[in-house]
Amino acid sequence: MPFPYASPEQIMRDRAEYARKGIARGRSVVVVQYADGILLVAPNPSKALHKISEIYDRIGFAAVGRYNEFETLRQAGIRYADVNGYNYNRKDVTARALANVYASQLGMIFTDSIKALEVEIVVAEVGETAEQDQIYRLTFDGSVFDEQGMAVIGGQSDTVATRLKERYRVGAPLAEALDAALTALTEPGGERPGAGQLEVAVLDRNREHRKFLRLSGPRLERLLADATPAATPESPPATPEGGRKPPPTAPEGDIDTGSEPPL
Amino acid sequence: MASQQAWMNNLYTNTGSSSFTDFLRGYAPEMLPDGREALPAPVGDQIPHATTIVAVTCAGGVVMAGDRRATSGNMISNRDMEKVFRTDEYSCMGIAGTASTGIEMARLYQVELEHYEKLEGRSLSTDGKANRLATFVRQNLGAAMQGLVVVPIFAAYDERIDGGRIFGYDVGGGPYEHQLYHSIGSGSIFARGSLKKLYRENAAPDEAVLTCLQALYDAADDDSATGGPDVTRRIWPVVVVITADGYRRLPDEEIATLVESLLAGRMTDPDGPTAPLR
Repeated sequence: MPFPYASPEQIMRDRAEYARKGIARGRSVVVVQYADGILLVAPNPSKALHKISEIYDRIGFAAVGRYNEFETLRQAGIRYADVNGYNYNRKDVTARALANVYASQLGMIFTDSIKALEVEIVVAEVGETAEQDQIYRLTFDGSVFDEQGMAVIGGQSDTVATRLKERYRVGAPLAEALDAALTALTEPGGERPGAGQLEVAVLDRNREHRKFLRLSGPRLERLLADATPAATPESPPATPEGGRKPPPTAPEGDIDTGSEPPL
Repeated sequence: MASQQAWMNNLYTNTGSSSFTDFLRGYAPEMLPDGREALPAPVGDQIPHATTIVAVTCAGGVVMAGDRRATSGNMISNRDMEKVFRTDEYSCMGIAGTASTGIEMARLYQVELEHYEKLEGRSLSTDGKANRLATFVRQNLGAAMQGLVVVPIFAAYDERIDGGRIFGYDVGGGPYEHQLYHSIGSGSIFARGSLKKLYRENAAPDEAVLTCLQALYDAADDDSATGGPDVTRRIWPVVVVITADGYRRLPDEEIATLVESLLAGRMTDPDGPTAPLR
């Protein structure tokens, strides 16, 4: 059976389009700098399937898209970091090197495979000082973006990023940064996700040994209480008048469970 | 670049276990300390040896302490060596025997625990950790037969019992769980005698730290390979406390105060505190 001709440009465009659609289907993940390090926030009701993870002492990982694909990337990143840290020294494992490994792998898969990986990832490294913090965002085609202060991936990332920029303040304490992230992740007038619906972690430069810390349970609830905006009286009226609202963010990504994508 | 390529592919296809050593064996076996090479002659006393480590359980945790001396035969090769290692947030290990082999074992073991934790999203159970270390010791058996003996001691806070646990090993592996206290290394005979008399069940962590310091002093008193506190150079034993709050290495100033009071006591009573006869 003869193949119909498709130009290389068309093939690449279709592949990119396919990946972009898949990534936009899930919810956004926000990575933002705060006074003592870097905060990673993902709306994620699952306790088992993580979108945020520790890679190494100073390095964290956040991803959106197809779970099995970014989980493979996460494990590869941990193996890469542990091999290098063991072979040389723990100080010799850097986010920049890891981002390059990811970029070459993503780029290769994008050009060589029938389907690009439907993922977008962030590799963040906390430094001794805020100036040394690094946030790299990588897209499905292997492009690397050196982000300043914040990164938003997946879902309606542009809209979320705009909301985040309005609220974000350089050098904000943890509660304020979390407030900004949650405001950005919530559609205007929508209800904020509770502690059970959130996956939150920090790379705290003041911690010893491993800087990555997952915040959950009572600790997260306390932090969420601190992060509730001072202007609480404004929000209650918004809910009754709107009546029963649809879920505040995009429908929970079927993409994460690996089930059939919607038509 | 070609090797980089093969390695990345290997990373992608490796979906087997969460063990770092298993992964390394497939990817870069030359990086593993397997003791494969036969030495032309046993090395014995020619390379540095690490000496005494003590560990005791206390209320809600465990304390481990080690002296700082390394010896090559009758020569002191290192005065300020560290032989107690943090292996993860709730465990530590000490080494006695060939220093180089022991340090490498501790370094690999640390990555092994952390690697599992990161990949699986949970820590190994305390028994799992102790068993894993036994495998490491057994893999060194060939080298041990040629004189590169290393015997670790492992201590951890176990959240299931909300208390500390101590595991010992021999050159063939183990582990052997020790209730209350344990000691390894050349001065261990003397340290154990001391611990036997000074150990108090459910003592507070600071009391247990004192017990360890006394035991190390007794070991240094009678064993030439164990170093006592070096007052002139201000080199103190390494002491770590592991409780529900995690791993904590006591700062030098804190140990200095404790050691100075210990020494003051020994000025009048060189053999240290006595246990009641009845």
